[in-house]
Amino acid sequence: MRGNIIKYPRDNIDTDVIIPGQYLKVHDYAELATHAMEGLDPDFHSKVKEGDFILSGKNFGCGSSREHAPIALSHCGIKAILALSFARIFYRNSVDGAFLLPIEIDQDAYDGISEGDEIDIDISTNEIKNITKNQTYKMKPFSDIIGKIIASGGLFKYKPDQD
Amino acid sequence: MNIVEKILARGSGKSSVAPDDVVFADVDKVMMHDVSGPGVIKVFDKLKKQGIAVDKLWDPTKVWVAEDHFVPSADKLSAENIVKLSNFTKQYGIEKHFKYGMGQYGICHTISHEEAMVMPGDVYVGGDSHTNTTGALGAFACGLGHTDIAYVLLHGNIWFKVPETYYFKLNGKLPDHVMAKDVILKIIGDIGNDGGAYRTMQFGGSGIDEMSVESRLTLCNMTTEAGAKNGIVEPDQKVVDYLSQRGATNFNLVTGDSDAEYSKIFEYESSEMEPMIAKPFSPDNTCVVREAPSVELDKSYIGSCTGAKYEDLEAAAKILKGRKVKIRTEVLPAAISIYQRAMENGLLKIFLDAGVTVGPPTCGACCGAHMGVLAKDEICISTTNRNFPGRMGHIESQTYLASPMVAAASAVTGKITDPRDLL
Repeated sequence: MRGNIIKYPRDNIDTDVIIPGQYLKVHDYAELATHAMEGLDPDFHSKVKEGDFILSGKNFGCGSSREHAPIALSHCGIKAILALSFARIFYRNSVDGAFLLPIEIDQDAYDGISEGDEIDIDISTNEIKNITKNQTYKMKPFSDIIGKIIASGGLFKYKPDQD
Repeated sequence: MNIVEKILARGSGKSSVAPDDVVFADVDKVMMHDVSGPGVIKVFDKLKKQGIAVDKLWDPTKVWVAEDHFVPSADKLSAENIVKLSNFTKQYGIEKHFKYGMGQYGICHTISHEEAMVMPGDVYVGGDSHTNTTGALGAFACGLGHTDIAYVLLHGNIWFKVPETYYFKLNGKLPDHVMAKDVILKIIGDIGNDGGAYRTMQFGGSGIDEMSVESRLTLCNMTTEAGAKNGIVEPDQKVVDYLSQRGATNFNLVTGDSDAEYSKIFEYESSEMEPMIAKPFSPDNTCVVREAPSVELDKSYIGSCTGAKYEDLEAAAKILKGRKVKIRTEVLPAAISIYQRAMENGLLKIFLDAGVTVGPPTCGACCGAHMGVLAKDEICISTTNRNFPGRMGHIESQTYLASPMVAAASAVTGKITDPRDLL
């Protein structure tokens, strides 16, 4: 999976800035996408392209359980978030709803990857290649169940009885 | 095993579980509201298109529904969401739907305890992050998103990674000017807003034994702000009494074994606790009120699942009695049952005499949705649980989180005020 990085070098990007509370009544995915990151970055929509990745710090997606957050980002074309850590509900919403991949990275990747870098993520080898800078980093492997839900294409397609 | 491990072991039909085990646990109760409900309906629509059957729920008697975020309907879209939700509950035979304008209704987490919707020992999930609140009754109470709630509605179970548990021990009775809100702000300030991430935060000790059930609800509510999977207090006679006053008597009290294991124990002395605030823009950005910055407040907000239970209103009324507010102040009881008691016991008169506007139960301005949101540069002191940028309105507004006593005292002076100055 290949794409370019939009980098927010800060911790605790919360769901209120990813999709502000006034839009919680909206359930049209395309409309939600038009408000993604409205509380943080007014230029997000001029930057984002189909297939992009967001890179950020610790505790990404903290706050509310609103599934609107991964929905809005994925419907802007974001395929993965690379972060030092994730808040739990955002993480499981992203995976169970098959909206985007939450990729946990280490400090080296966080420091080494810059805005606009072209990145290749391979979840079979847990490798992140920075094509622009010709560097390679390790991502934290998905836990067993998360890997299986991702491979199945979301929670509803995962069959726990077959384990 | 500790209490959470015992509940999850029972729920998943295992003799024992340990932290990091992944289990599919049977769910005893599930809740959704006027934001997560329409989100779940959207998931059902997607599933239908994929040929997955959504014609009946696993057990509609275990499902309950609240109207709270956008009531009274803020606009056409939120009115339509309520209609959608009503059609859904009718279609699927969900009888426990607490409707705005029809007797008891309120913020979902408040309804969960006011109406005894959740029992000790239950595996309880809700489509809202503050579902953690109800762990104060001794249940495993955990917030989930729309897809997960849709999965529970159809399958009756959901996966969990068994969390490790942080145990917070509070020694001694809190002083009269310190509330549970101060305690949880102190804890979040100490461990940080991801300090409890993916974990259980359990509260115990003589300070918790002394606390009312409502105070324990405040503690568990804000475990979400430390990133916790759930908050919990082992149920005692107070919980039994609280539930039996609400007509619930048929439940088993689950408690941890004497050799229960906790990954970390934190100890606090009640006598050292002080009134606290969380400054903008994070619940972990805390300080004692005595060291609060000197800011001119525009508004005091006494509302939400965190800070508008009956005892919260009682604490605010104690300060506001016979005084006038200096800044715009709103009290929004968190459920109609609380509103009614506040009326019967004279609290509403105290508020109105003080110049406060009393509004209907709603999540409203707490999440910046409607009914009193903040303008650019406005500064609010609030009994709610979050103060992220733009949380209560304009992205350049500011919210200070505080206890109902601090919010009431600050309403009187227009500055962030320690309640001891007015008691």
